[in-house]
Amino acid sequence: MEYSSLQRQVAYMKKGLFDQGYLDEQFDELEELQDEASPNFVEEVVTLFFRDSSRLMANIEQALERCPQDFRRLDSYMHQLKGSTSSIGALRVKNECTKFREYCDQEHLDGCQRSFQKVKREHAVLKQKLESYFQLLRQIGPTERATRSGS
Amino acid sequence: MAMERGGKSAGGEPHVLAVDDSSVDRAVIASVLRSSKYRVTAVDSGKRALELLGLETDVNMIITDYWMPEMTGYELLKKVKESSELKQIPVVIMSSENVPNRISRCLEEGAEDFLLKPIQPSDVSRLCSRVLR
Repeated sequence: MEYSSLQRQVAYMKKGLFDQGYLDEQFDELEELQDEASPNFVEEVVTLFFRDSSRLMANIEQALERCPQDFRRLDSYMHQLKGSTSSIGALRVKNECTKFREYCDQEHLDGCQRSFQKVKREHAVLKQKLESYFQLLRQIGPTERATRSGS
Repeated sequence: MAMERGGKSAGGEPHVLAVDDSSVDRAVIASVLRSSKYRVTAVDSGKRALELLGLETDVNMIITDYWMPEMTGYELLKKVKESSELKQIPVVIMSSENVPNRISRCLEEGAEDFLLKPIQPSDVSRLCSRVLR
């Protein structure tokens, strides 16, 4: 009984993440790659993402403080960040990355700074939500996590 | 037993070399390839890819990101195609940007195909079936 309730909670939480635009179908593609040989694949990839993205964001933060501004470097960092957001289906973060790059193209420093604050906010919110999601998933156990299923 | 370049690995499955500076993308592409029963070696740079290609003779396909620091996927492709020992290995380029000039330049240089990121497992399966059979 409790097990089914947990599964329902997981499904509901995941649906919420999609409905609110935090995640897109790429996240489903990652879950499809999970199997008995790699039952924690998605969580491992997401962990990699947050490790790498935190490093990139620290680089961007430092780069934004430089004078004169190197917009090519900023764009390069954000290109990398956007790439990995796309790979895990982090839609909202990806969209903010896109806006940041548009400001880079215009060499609009204020725009970049404001946009970067949004990137950081979306990144932090997503991290919190995915941590809760995986915490709940862990309660279900590896066998069910490895099941290929839709949302 | 010495193996000819491009021959199958000891286990019989094709060996794919994946090259990407992003650890996230390396993990994803490696998982996609392994789920299709390919043996995968994943490295984080063109330089490491060339080092490995110099040591291993059983790489059947290279799949590389386009935009990497120090050596781009295009530059790696050129080096592979300029090498008498490596030029027969099919090279596939991946990129998150749909830039027609970039795509045509890679194909003209001898790339087997050009995939847009995020990589879809179905695209990789179709590609590998075509290239590795």
